[in-house]
Amino acid sequence: MLAVNTRAKERTCTANPFYNNYITHAGWLAPPGIKHTTMPVLILIDHAEGQIKKASFEVLSYGAAVANLLGTTAEGLLLGTVHDDLPALGKYGITKVNQVSNEALNTVDALVYAKAIAEAVTITGANVLVLSHNQTGKAVAAVTAAKLTAGLVSGAVDLPDTSNGFVVKKAVFSGKAYANVAITSSIKIISLNPNSYKIVVGEGVAEVKPLAIAPAAPGITVTHVNRVKGEVPLTEAEIVVSGGRGLKGPENWGMVEDLAKVLHAATACSRPVADTGWRPHHEHVGQTGVQVAPNVYIAIGISGAIQHLAGVNRSKHIVVINKDPEAPFFKAADYGIVGDAFEVVPKLTEEIKKLKNG
Amino acid sequence: MKILVCISKTPDTTSKIAFKDNNTKFEENGVQWIINPYDEWYALVRAIELKEKDASITIHLITVGGADAEPIMRKALALGGDEAIRINTAGDDSFYIAAQIADVAKQGGYSLILTGKETIDYNSASVGGIVAGLLDVPFVSLATKFDLSGSTATITREIDGGEETAEVQLPVVVSCAKGVAEQRIPNMRGIMGARSKPLKVVEPAAIEPLTHINSYGLPPAKAGVKLVAADNVAELVRLLHEEAKAI
Repeated sequence: MLAVNTRAKERTCTANPFYNNYITHAGWLAPPGIKHTTMPVLILIDHAEGQIKKASFEVLSYGAAVANLLGTTAEGLLLGTVHDDLPALGKYGITKVNQVSNEALNTVDALVYAKAIAEAVTITGANVLVLSHNQTGKAVAAVTAAKLTAGLVSGAVDLPDTSNGFVVKKAVFSGKAYANVAITSSIKIISLNPNSYKIVVGEGVAEVKPLAIAPAAPGITVTHVNRVKGEVPLTEAEIVVSGGRGLKGPENWGMVEDLAKVLHAATACSRPVADTGWRPHHEHVGQTGVQVAPNVYIAIGISGAIQHLAGVNRSKHIVVINKDPEAPFFKAADYGIVGDAFEVVPKLTEEIKKLKNG
Repeated sequence: MKILVCISKTPDTTSKIAFKDNNTKFEENGVQWIINPYDEWYALVRAIELKEKDASITIHLITVGGADAEPIMRKALALGGDEAIRINTAGDDSFYIAAQIADVAKQGGYSLILTGKETIDYNSASVGGIVAGLLDVPFVSLATKFDLSGSTATITREIDGGEETAEVQLPVVVSCAKGVAEQRIPNMRGIMGARSKPLKVVEPAAIEPLTHINSYGLPPAKAGVKLVAADNVAELVRLLHEEAKAI
């Protein structure tokens, strides 16, 4: 029966109706005799200074789970060069690392990246592309969507629902709601909000496959890079310790830093604290600053204005320490202590030390 | 030189977020509409600051929306744009919106296209990048500083864990974040002047949206705060460790 319409059969993947959508939309015809067996999920492996970012392990795990849902394989895409052990990335569930090992790609020029990614999508035959919605993803995902005429859901917070189409849940209204967004194009792009998916480590070794892609001429010349050394980057942190005006002055941040240190947390602050120069601007979380979604957000001496909440309300657990029992932040909190931060915070640090040493 | 600033109409930050029609539509009843704060405070104001230094600059504002978007376009003109364009359609797919803007922009000869870093309703941070991709010009995201010297822009942008400064030849599309401009409010002269500034309406191009919002939802309500006494910090640590399993 297969012989009756071999080409049609080859173009139809019965295991996964989503593939049939792909065929219908794109009108793609496999050359006779060549069976396009895999349309992998392709995952961008983001890196800086020779190191793969933690956000990349998260999207690799997520992309592998998407591939599993679609009955296909997951492959990584690395633009540039890193010191990490690439075959070992197989433990996150990918079968291949496609690498364009050109040092020009070690800095992110969104247009150059987008063109290279689009070419890699074509070469690998991928129909789903996954990136992190970190600062790199915010630069690159949309430009790539234009190059591939691909529907993009940015800021995804969960795996796609493939029971009826391809529907991705994303955060909207600054974390106050979510939307279920159906992607209807043949190629689909998801950028995943950092800290939305648990990193899954299993067994496996990935094959490293060089891709012959020549990067386009850059339009951007980077003249200066200022990366904060030795600190946990705020957008990647699982725990964030944040201070507000209640701390009275920059000289009192030692206890915030001590608490952050025992928790391997990033430090952050409210807007007035950054505006008065007590702390650097890149630590400011809130609507106008950085939006974070850590596992735990500890707010010390922050009242919890709506603009601040807009930057932190996707955090899984919110802990509020404030001496004012009427502080609006308590309404958004999971755990709270009404008390003097100068007494509570050092005790908290001591108790956590005990826990970690116990 | 011509600058195009992309403007989106969004609910005010303090608006109650609710949905109707079986959670398929945003409940607009009682919502106060504003210019997306990042479009206004960062993108538009930076364009105005540039024009104040160089009077030969022309600022065009563009939005994709129905007639109900006109009040916020008048407000944007009051702040300082020269001319506004409204593409007479609506949608929630970033590609659709961006492709409409790119379609108008490609005929406009703009050296610089500015957007806010994202909108406060869909939070997609996508329209600027798609416009850049469709026009095939460089895109710089999350700019915190922006300066022009002839046809070279010097831009500082947020990267993970820090910032970097880069030089770019115009034309370029830039998404603007905090730091790029000083906040300001419209003055009476601006408001009066805005009334006579042109607000052109153009019909949309035939473009297929690539995504569709099926439904909305609200996150589960918080169970309420568990308060721990200030002299019992160990209990908070126990809850975070055993109950939340978070530390």
